[in-house]
Amino acid sequence: MSPVPDRIQAAFSAAADRGGSALVTYVMAGDPDLATSREMALACAAGGADILEIGMPFSDPIADGKTIQGAGERSLRAGTTLAGCLSLAAEVRKRTPAAIALMGYVNPVLSFGEERFLDACVASGVDAVILPDLPPEEAVGFRAAAVSRGVKLVFLLAPTSTPDRVAAACDAATGFLYFVSVTGVTGARTSLPADLGAKVKAVRARSPVPVVVGFGVGTPAQARTVGKLADGVVVGSAIVQRIAEGGTRRVRAERVRRFVASLAKALRR
Amino acid sequence: MTVPDATGHFGPYGGRYVPETLVPALDELTLAWQAARRDPAFAEELTRLLTRFAGRPTALGDALRMGADAGGCRIVLKREDLCHTGAHKINNTLGQVLLARRMGKRRIIAETGAGQHGVATATAAALFGMPCDVFMGALDVERQALNVFRMQLLGARVVPVQSGSRTLKDAMNEAIRDWVTHVRDTHYIIGSVAGPHPYPAMVRDFQSVIGDEARAQVLQVAGRLPDAVVACVGGGSNAMGIFSAFIPDRAVRLVGVEAAGHGLDTGKHGAALARGRPGVLHGSRSYLLQDDDGQIVEAHSISAGLDYPGVGPELSWLKDQGRLELRQATDDEALDALGYLARTEGIIPALETAHAVAAARGLARELGPKGLLLVNVSGRGDKDIDHVRRELALRAARPPVRRPRKAPPKKAARRARRSR
Repeated sequence: MSPVPDRIQAAFSAAADRGGSALVTYVMAGDPDLATSREMALACAAGGADILEIGMPFSDPIADGKTIQGAGERSLRAGTTLAGCLSLAAEVRKRTPAAIALMGYVNPVLSFGEERFLDACVASGVDAVILPDLPPEEAVGFRAAAVSRGVKLVFLLAPTSTPDRVAAACDAATGFLYFVSVTGVTGARTSLPADLGAKVKAVRARSPVPVVVGFGVGTPAQARTVGKLADGVVVGSAIVQRIAEGGTRRVRAERVRRFVASLAKALRR
Repeated sequence: MTVPDATGHFGPYGGRYVPETLVPALDELTLAWQAARRDPAFAEELTRLLTRFAGRPTALGDALRMGADAGGCRIVLKREDLCHTGAHKINNTLGQVLLARRMGKRRIIAETGAGQHGVATATAAALFGMPCDVFMGALDVERQALNVFRMQLLGARVVPVQSGSRTLKDAMNEAIRDWVTHVRDTHYIIGSVAGPHPYPAMVRDFQSVIGDEARAQVLQVAGRLPDAVVACVGGGSNAMGIFSAFIPDRAVRLVGVEAAGHGLDTGKHGAALARGRPGVLHGSRSYLLQDDDGQIVEAHSISAGLDYPGVGPELSWLKDQGRLELRQATDDEALDALGYLARTEGIIPALETAHAVAAARGLARELGPKGLLLVNVSGRGDKDIDHVRRELALRAARPPVRRPRKAPPKKAARRARRSR
């Protein structure tokens, strides 16, 4: 029995009810400071995001492109800690019913303590955890600890994933699966691979949970295209860029809300 | 005990903590490497390259004056500095380029700190006519201008990395990002026994030629196994290379020498095994220099090759097993040892190697006249000459008592920092 309500499932059901796919947005905690990033996450929710990814900064982000690397560096310079990310999530939780997923790298979580981190996730109202450098093989213990607390552990699949690996990720999946659209790091792209549709279709056919597509999606038009292929679409760097354009907290929040609203609109069928 | 296990774990260390995109490439590499190990034609070609191109076997020499100076201990030196390109790094890059060709990869990438692994990779890539990009921290590009030029002469492209601390760890981050992006046609040659499985075991295997040769040579010249084997430890490739042959010889002490930088208690050092705690960096779990929040902290060493906050997972495992003894040498001790070996034995070692030499002097005194000590001279010091000259000039200009130190005039301090 799950001690927390399944907001992840609710997010995908709500998207399906409105005849579209779910919108997943990404904001780096602490970029440029915790209070601002909290307002940015809430602006995403106000703009219509179904799942709010909150990034946890790491000194060595090997899966990220320049945009999110920059956000992580700003966040660490501002002194953001893992505890700070968790309390940010707790504040966001108080003000929105949207699902919350913490996304980051495994080392700060190991350093904090895996069980302690998951307990704090539950206490903060965090619904899911995404760690791109923790593939299913290395995640056995952590996955079990997450599942026992009702926290989803989201695994990633890539264009290079073999059928065996797709099957393994599907068997381990909780919450949703995250399909990486391009062979590469995070960051908006001008075009997406031609065979994306076929790849996502193959994963969805096998997956017991919804499949979202991310990496490289940066415009409403791209979101619309990808939204037709998947259960959800992740937009990260394009939002981080809009936050980095500067201005007062209110100006930035309004810029983010409008952009997210344009994405949400594009995802409605 | 078979290490690593099938999934690349050395006890709780190692493994594969990488983005999904890379896992299939690591599987492909593991299969290719395992097939190559069973293929006599591969072994034959690698042996031919090691002998006729890299200059193996390397000599095992006696350090007679150094031994006498230490009270009569017999000290033998494994002369990896005599390898083509000036260090042991070429043993691994030749093996991996052969593997890359076997897998049909058309492009080579590598990371480098001091530039030794970059030069060795560029050399192997040139030999096989493959395009090669070497990622190097922008700070190291400034510090190691000569090696940058060497790589360029060898036809490689050197890519300065501006992110993070702009040193080796950031170069490795950027190399991983490039590999994620170009994984289908590119092979990433990691230079140390670090990174995700199969790299730690594979690089160890390519470097184990050092220990295999040295063990046979020392038996031949001394008629017995050494009491101890000493090697410097940054990522750990020269150390695992010479240690691996002696791991089953329980009576042989394995001594790893880490960079103590300005001193272990100053926070400015590279002693991941002595002062780090386990964590995940660059795809494997091992001892790491990190802060309380799990952020990786910058290492410091006078030698760019030891200036790395992590260490190979097998060394972490050997430490926990009590099989590995740890010692340290500071920047100053390494500089002294470099000059000492040059004057006493006519060998100018690399600054990395000088750390092993510094510890070996103390160990030789402890072992006494009946002792037999094997030291891995992992590389030669030509690459460091400019750097050593600047550091010695700085020390000569400085009053002999170092602490408490008065703040130097601002201009001089800036100049000193720039020249490091």
